[in-house]
Amino acid sequence: MTSPHSSHAAPQSFWRKYVFSLDHKVIGRQYLDLSLVAVTTGMILSWLMRLHLAWPTRAIPFLGVLSPEATGGIITPEYYLSLMTMHGTIMVFFVLTTAPFAGFGNFILPIQIGAEDMAFPHFNMMSFWVTFVAFIVLVSAFFVPEGPPLAGWTAYAPLSAVGKDSGPGEGWGQTLWVISIAIFCIGQLIGSLNFIATTLDLRTKGMTLARMPYSTWAWFITSVIGLIAFSVLFPACILLLLDRVAGTSFFIPAGLVISDRLQPHSGGSPLLWQHLFWFFGHPEVYIAILPGFGIVSHILPAVTRKPLLGPRVLIACMIAIGFLSYTVWGHHMFMSGMNPLSATLFSVPTLIITIPAAIATLLWIGTLYGSKLRFNTPALFCLGFISVFVSGGLSGFFLAQPAIDSYLHGTYFVVGHFHFVMGVAAMFAIFAGLYFWFPKMFGRMMNETLGKWHFILTFIGVYCIFMPMHYLGLAGNVRRYSTFTVDYMKGSIPLHRFITVAALFTGAAQLIFFYNLFRSRFRGEIAPANPWQATSLEWTTSSPPPHDNFGGHHPVVYHGPNEYGVAGREGDYIMQTSPEPEPVAAAS
Amino acid sequence: MGKVFAIVVTIITIVATAIFVSHVWWLPPDVSLLGAGIDRQISETMVTSGILFVVAQLTLALFVWRFADNNDQRKIKIFPGGATPMVVGAILIVGAEILALTLVGTKIWASIYVAPADPHSLKIDVQAEQFAYYFRYPGPDGKFGALHPELIDESSGNFFGLDPAHDTAARDDIVAATLAVPVNTPILLELHSKDVNHAFYVPELRIQQDFVPGLVIPLHFTAIRLTKSEIVCTQLCGLGHYNMRAYLEVMSAEDFKKWLNDQSAQ
Repeated sequence: MTSPHSSHAAPQSFWRKYVFSLDHKVIGRQYLDLSLVAVTTGMILSWLMRLHLAWPTRAIPFLGVLSPEATGGIITPEYYLSLMTMHGTIMVFFVLTTAPFAGFGNFILPIQIGAEDMAFPHFNMMSFWVTFVAFIVLVSAFFVPEGPPLAGWTAYAPLSAVGKDSGPGEGWGQTLWVISIAIFCIGQLIGSLNFIATTLDLRTKGMTLARMPYSTWAWFITSVIGLIAFSVLFPACILLLLDRVAGTSFFIPAGLVISDRLQPHSGGSPLLWQHLFWFFGHPEVYIAILPGFGIVSHILPAVTRKPLLGPRVLIACMIAIGFLSYTVWGHHMFMSGMNPLSATLFSVPTLIITIPAAIATLLWIGTLYGSKLRFNTPALFCLGFISVFVSGGLSGFFLAQPAIDSYLHGTYFVVGHFHFVMGVAAMFAIFAGLYFWFPKMFGRMMNETLGKWHFILTFIGVYCIFMPMHYLGLAGNVRRYSTFTVDYMKGSIPLHRFITVAALFTGAAQLIFFYNLFRSRFRGEIAPANPWQATSLEWTTSSPPPHDNFGGHHPVVYHGPNEYGVAGREGDYIMQTSPEPEPVAAAS
Repeated sequence: MGKVFAIVVTIITIVATAIFVSHVWWLPPDVSLLGAGIDRQISETMVTSGILFVVAQLTLALFVWRFADNNDQRKIKIFPGGATPMVVGAILIVGAEILALTLVGTKIWASIYVAPADPHSLKIDVQAEQFAYYFRYPGPDGKFGALHPELIDESSGNFFGLDPAHDTAARDDIVAATLAVPVNTPILLELHSKDVNHAFYVPELRIQQDFVPGLVIPLHFTAIRLTKSEIVCTQLCGLGHYNMRAYLEVMSAEDFKKWLNDQSAQ
C-alpha cells in the first residue's frame, strides 16, 4: 500500500482552474456537464422521432428553420434515421458511458480511496478533452452537406462503409461518425488505464481491496471491461474509416451494385464488422450499467440504515458479469447469417449472465427487508432502479433464446428491452448518484420536494413509454421505421401516439430536475460534510472537498464501508476512518 | 412517499401483466409448420418471466410498504439466512429456467435454422436490394441461371444479373416481385443481397433472417394455410428501409401452377 503521491499545487489562473484543470473533481464535473448537454440533445432528438412516429404528416414548428434536412418541418425518412442514429450514439457513448463511469468515477473514486487525485492527472485532463472533441466532431455531422449519418449507432457495413453511393447521410456525416467514435475510444482507454492505476496504487493506509466501497469496486471492474472493449472498437473504427476513405475492403465483399454502380471492392466481410462491433457492444452494456450497480449498492446501506446484504457476493457478481460480458456478443447476431450452430454457444452464457444479475437484484431487495428506509430522493431512484432493472432484465430472457429472438429481433420488443435495462436503469442510477453526491460536489443540498416529484413522474413516465413497446414487438411491429405504411402495422399507431404523449410528459418532468439542479447549485441549503450519515471517505471531508481532498492529511481506514445499523452507540454507523473496534453484532 | 412508491409499483405490475395476459397485443396467427414450437416457447417464457416479474416487483413493493414507517426507534433486521438464500434461490430458479428453456428452445431453433431443408423443397432465389425484394423461380428446366452482378440493370428488369444470351439455364428463369408459394410444400429460399444488409421477416411465418452481401443464406419454411402476408425488412438498409416490403402469397397447388404459368408468359 503506497501513500497517495499524486499531488499538484492548487491552480490560480481561470484557465487552469476551470478549463484545462488537472483536478479530478473539476474533470469529473466537466464530464457530467458534457453528459448533461448530451442527454438534453439526445432527449430532444427522441421527441422529434416520437412526434414524427405519432403524426408523420404534421409539420414540427421551427424544425424547418433549424435543420435544412427537414423541409417545412416535416421529417423525411432519411432524416428520421439520422435522428435515430445520433440519438443512439449520443446516448450510449456520451451519456451512459460518460456520466456514470467517467463523471462520477472521476469525482468520487479518488476521494473514496483517500487519494489526493488520480494517478495521472495530465492523462485525466487529456481524456476529458479528447472526449469533448469526439462530441464536437459527432455533433458537427448535423451540419455537413450530405446530412448526418443514418446507419444506426451500430453502423453496420457495408451501408456504413461504401460512402455516399448507399444514400444520403453516408457521405461526410458517416465519416465524421467513425472519426468521432475512434476519438472517443482513445479518451476511454486513457481514462480506464487511469482508473485502474489509481485504484491499485493510490489507496490510503488501511484501504484494502475488501474495504473499498462498492461504487469504487464497480468503477474498477468497469474500467477493466472498458480497457478491453474500447481497444477492440478503436481498430474496428480505423478499418471502417479506411474502407470509406482509402479504398480498402475490410468489410465490403465483391460484386455489390449500389446506386447502379458496381462497387470497386472485393474480399471483405460485413459480418466481421458485426463481430468486432458487438465484441465491444455487449460489454458496453455493462460499462453503462455496472457503475449503476455500484452506485445503488453504495447508497442503499446509507438510506436503509443497515449493512448491504452479502457485500462480497455482490462484488463476486460484478466480477462474474465482467468476465461473462465477453462471451455473449453473438446474441446480437442470431439472425445475422453467422453459423446457426453458434447461436446456442452464445445463448447459454447470455442466459447464465442473468444469474449474477439476479443475485445482485435479490441482494438489494433483501437489504430492504427489516430496514429503516429513509425516503429521500437518492433512495427513491435506487428503488426505481431495482424495479426497471427487473423489468428490463426479464425481457432479456426472451431475446437470449435464438428461437424466440428469431421472431422478436427486429421489433420494438428489443427497443423496450434495452431502454429499460441499459437506458432507464442506468439513468436512474445516475440520478440517484447525482442527488446523493450533489452536496459533496457543490456544497449545497438539492431540493427534496422537487426531487420526489421528479422521481415519481419520471418513474410512471418511463413505464408508460417502454412497457407498451414490448406489446408492439409481440405484435411484430418493426423498429427503425420512420412511418408505418405496412398494412399489418397500421393498427399500432394509436399505441405509438400513447407512447409519444408519455415521452413528452416524461420529458417535461425533467424540467423539474433542471430547475432543481440549477437552483440548488446557487441557492440550495448549505450542505454539511456528511448529510446522509454515510460511512465512506468522501463524507469525512468538507463539502465540497478542498483541492487536495483531505486538507493536507492522509486519512487512515479501519473499517469496511458497510458498518450501518450498529447497535449500542449514539450514531447507528461507524465511519471508515473511525479507529474504534469492529462491532460484535451489527443487528438483531 | 414510501407508500406512494409501493402503490405505484403494484399498479404498474398489475396493469402491465393484465395486458400481457389478455393478449390485447399478441402475435398474429401462425401459418407455418414449425411456428407452433416458437409460439409455445414464447408462451412458456412469458409465464416463467411473468411470475418472476410479478413476484420481484410485489416483493419490492411489500418491503417498501412494510419498512416505510420512518420509525427510527425500530431495530433493523437482517434477511433470514443472509445472502445464502438469495444465491441458492437465484442459481436454482434461474438455473432451472435456463436449463428448461435451452433444452426445448435449442431443438426448435435447430429444426428451423440448423436442420437442412427437405431435399424435395421448391427452391426460390431471393434478391434483396435498396428497397425491394425480387424472387426467382428456376422455370421448367428446374435450373437457375448463374448470377453476374456486373449485368444487373434495373432499367431492363435484370434484377439478378442473369445472362440469357450465353446461359441456357437462365433463359426460362422466372423473376417476380411477389413471393408465391404452394401450400403444404417445403420451400427453400436462398437469400442474396445486391447491395447492403437487409432482412426477410414474415411475422406469420415466425421466421427472420438477414441478407448479407457476399453470402448466400438458406432459409426454409412450409406454409400450412392459404394467406397473403407482408414480408418486411428488419435490417436497417438506408432511407427507404421503412418502405421495403413484398407480399407472400400462399396458394393452393393448382393456383400456384397457374400463377407460375402466367408469370412465365409475361
